[in-house]
Amino acid sequence: MPLLNQGELRALLERELPGALDPTRPVNRYGNVEATHQLEVEDQASDTMGDTSPPPATGDAAAERQADVVDKEEPSVPPLSQDDAVVRAERLPDVAAFLRDRLGYDYLSRVTAVDYPAYGLIEVVYHFYRIEGGPGQIVRVRVPRDNAVIPSITPMWPGANLEERVCYDLFGVHFPGHPYHKRIYMWDEFEGHPMRKDFEKIGDSYYHFKWKGEGGEE
Amino acid sequence: MLKTEELQINIGPQHPSTHGVFRLMATVDGETVVHLEPVFGYLHRNHEQLGEIWTYLQTITITDRLDYFNSMINEHGYCMTVEKLASIEVPERAEYIRVIMSELSRILNHAAAIGFWLQDMGSWGTTLMFGFRQREMIMDIFESVGGSRMMCNYMRFGGVARDLTPNLVEQINLFLEGFPQFIDDFERLMMENEILLARSRNVGVLPKELAAAYSVTGPVIRGSGIPYDIRRAEPYSIYDRFAFDIPVGSVGDVYDRFLVRMEEMRQSHRILRQAMEQLPQASGSYINQAYKAASKQQGLRLPAGEAYCRVESPKGELGYYIVSNGGNSAYRYGIRAPSLINLTALNDMCRGYTVADIVVILGSIDIVMGEVDR
Amino acid sequence: MMSKAPKDYDNMTDEEVQLELEQEGVLLSSVNKLYNWGRRSSVWPLGFGLACCAIEMISASASRYDIARFGSELFRASPRQADCMIVSGTVTKKMVPQIVRLYNQMPEPKWVISMGACATSGGPFRDGYNVVRGIDLYIPVDVYVPGCPPRPEALLHSLITVQEQIDREKIKKVRWYQKGTAVEFPVPEFGAKGLVVAGIPGVADPVGGVPQMMPFVSPALGGQGERHTDPAVLEGNVPKGLVAEIREGRAGTNLLEEHHAAT
Repeated sequence: MPLLNQGELRALLERELPGALDPTRPVNRYGNVEATHQLEVEDQASDTMGDTSPPPATGDAAAERQADVVDKEEPSVPPLSQDDAVVRAERLPDVAAFLRDRLGYDYLSRVTAVDYPAYGLIEVVYHFYRIEGGPGQIVRVRVPRDNAVIPSITPMWPGANLEERVCYDLFGVHFPGHPYHKRIYMWDEFEGHPMRKDFEKIGDSYYHFKWKGEGGEE
Repeated sequence: MLKTEELQINIGPQHPSTHGVFRLMATVDGETVVHLEPVFGYLHRNHEQLGEIWTYLQTITITDRLDYFNSMINEHGYCMTVEKLASIEVPERAEYIRVIMSELSRILNHAAAIGFWLQDMGSWGTTLMFGFRQREMIMDIFESVGGSRMMCNYMRFGGVARDLTPNLVEQINLFLEGFPQFIDDFERLMMENEILLARSRNVGVLPKELAAAYSVTGPVIRGSGIPYDIRRAEPYSIYDRFAFDIPVGSVGDVYDRFLVRMEEMRQSHRILRQAMEQLPQASGSYINQAYKAASKQQGLRLPAGEAYCRVESPKGELGYYIVSNGGNSAYRYGIRAPSLINLTALNDMCRGYTVADIVVILGSIDIVMGEVDR
Repeated sequence: MMSKAPKDYDNMTDEEVQLELEQEGVLLSSVNKLYNWGRRSSVWPLGFGLACCAIEMISASASRYDIARFGSELFRASPRQADCMIVSGTVTKKMVPQIVRLYNQMPEPKWVISMGACATSGGPFRDGYNVVRGIDLYIPVDVYVPGCPPRPEALLHSLITVQEQIDREKIKKVRWYQKGTAVEFPVPEFGAKGLVVAGIPGVADPVGGVPQMMPFVSPALGGQGERHTDPAVLEGNVPKGLVAEIREGRAGTNLLEEHHAAT
């Protein structure tokens, strides 16, 4: 089976599984700056990205303009990848099955969640590989932070079992359909999801020191 | 047929055979295991969160504590990920030193893992001492290069912290000379042992198809007959230069995993022999000179983006996932821990076997809680 | 010939009394020595590994370092048979109830070695949300061993230090021969925001926060199971803004919330 790059995977998914790709562009909360600057950024963004997906169906012009602002203002928030296959949460099991049965990516390496409070969403990243080797594929799902629900792929890929539980425990992503949907690291009585960026951590306040650039170990 | 009642028993978290603070909730019917539910989190020390707080250089020190049997390979994987993200070149000599340290680490880990596994099986002490004797020899080498026995903190972005001195090269060669004798002795001691065969053959069988579906890696998947090894599947560093075989088992039982580990130690020895021969011809310094100063690395800012890198740790596929926001510490630092994902298959491996087999099967997966709970 | 002046035992140190009694051949002194000799020569540790340090603990018991030279080679699997608990590794909030329970289950006399930076203060992981900043917040510790992880030699040295402490013990003064019931240390309970400890109002050890209680006084300093009261021991252990509040005698209230409200 041929090796695919991310663009080819997107095209393939668009052709074979219509509606699986997530067309929305996330809005950076900090992108709401002066209008002139915003337009500049928007022009750059639409130039470089080749924009295959339709604009978000909000109808609000301001929101549409913001939708293309890919974090140029706030360096502390990484830009979201736009080239990779971002799929709708509810279609994830179809995409995963498609990758395994049609494309031969029969090995799920990793399920990771990344919290982006600035965009108001949590991204769950799936890394698929082939047992015989070669580069892998990345599939992303973006869900809102306050309603993070993704259908579990554990019934199909048992290897995702514990990783999904980690995502639930530390990030608060719910996986309906998981056979044992419980906290994995923290105790059951615990409330909150400690790996979220806004979880209160007083402890790290005195680890934020600036390195002076002097000395070193050698 | 007599009707029996199921009973729940709790093993751990303080138990001598759970390899750390690991807890198992076993549902048994008589002596037979019906269901096994692992309970995690007793060593959850928020490794991933610290990676977001600390700078990239500081984070090397906690990768050591991830899987504390093979700190060198953890560092190797982490440094590779940062180098991939920052496009840092690694000189050839540094790559050789990294491979040498990684393979020594693999031998160290397997020697100790087999020792622990045999101890679980009842050979109290003796075999563990065998394994630990080799481990101490390698630890002396690690101490010479890194300054610490277990937490070496040796690799840097773009190379390693110190060069190999001629004395050290001699020490490694000396170790390599004596090592085949150890393996032969160990095999003669254990391979034909009646108790070992009785307790490990056809115990904890994991069929080939299940192994792939469960995403298990390392000696567990190779014991089940799938030759999956990152060093071959997606060669990293300079592993494509060495001739080595990937041992696979046939049945997928506990004994096969033991054999795979024994053979992997021999293969690591083979790689080490080649690497030590080629090391003098390797070009370049032990570290990329542009990144040599430690202070420069401390203030290292990675370009915004993300990278995922995998290395073959003795436990399996170890992956690092770093999302950078352009600052000097990671926005998200995630780890694919082989020990954790290998435990997915534990329930299926143990079902139908006796309670006494649980510790043998658990020992054959070779978990380290630092990595499972992180 | 001068008559011997009566001894002022009340104003003598214990060592002097013991020496004096020894010279006079008083049996108590010999019993004391015999007791201490018996105890120091077979300090059996609890076979109980938490994290990385446990591997160095095993190394110390392996052939190269051979802990058996000090009479401590028998790692007991049951706390009922153990004399010494080596807290070897990072203590997490989820693990701390079992550690306190194990400590309570150990029969007196018992000693605790806090092995490594993590068990002593939280070590490199102390700013994590789930790591306990030192096991001495929950049980009293006799000997602290620095290092991450400590070398086996350091562990052996800590064992020798325990033995020296045992040598100084007096049968009449040791805590386990005192009147009253034995001290049971409160086993923390899991709460929604962190660990809840009996006797400490609010969340005693919040997840992601600093502990709201003082460490136990080490028995080596004469502690009988009580907590430190001088807030100075906390200095360097909590953020600076909180030290003043603790100094004002408000330790035990929910400082974390107040701290957040103030900032």
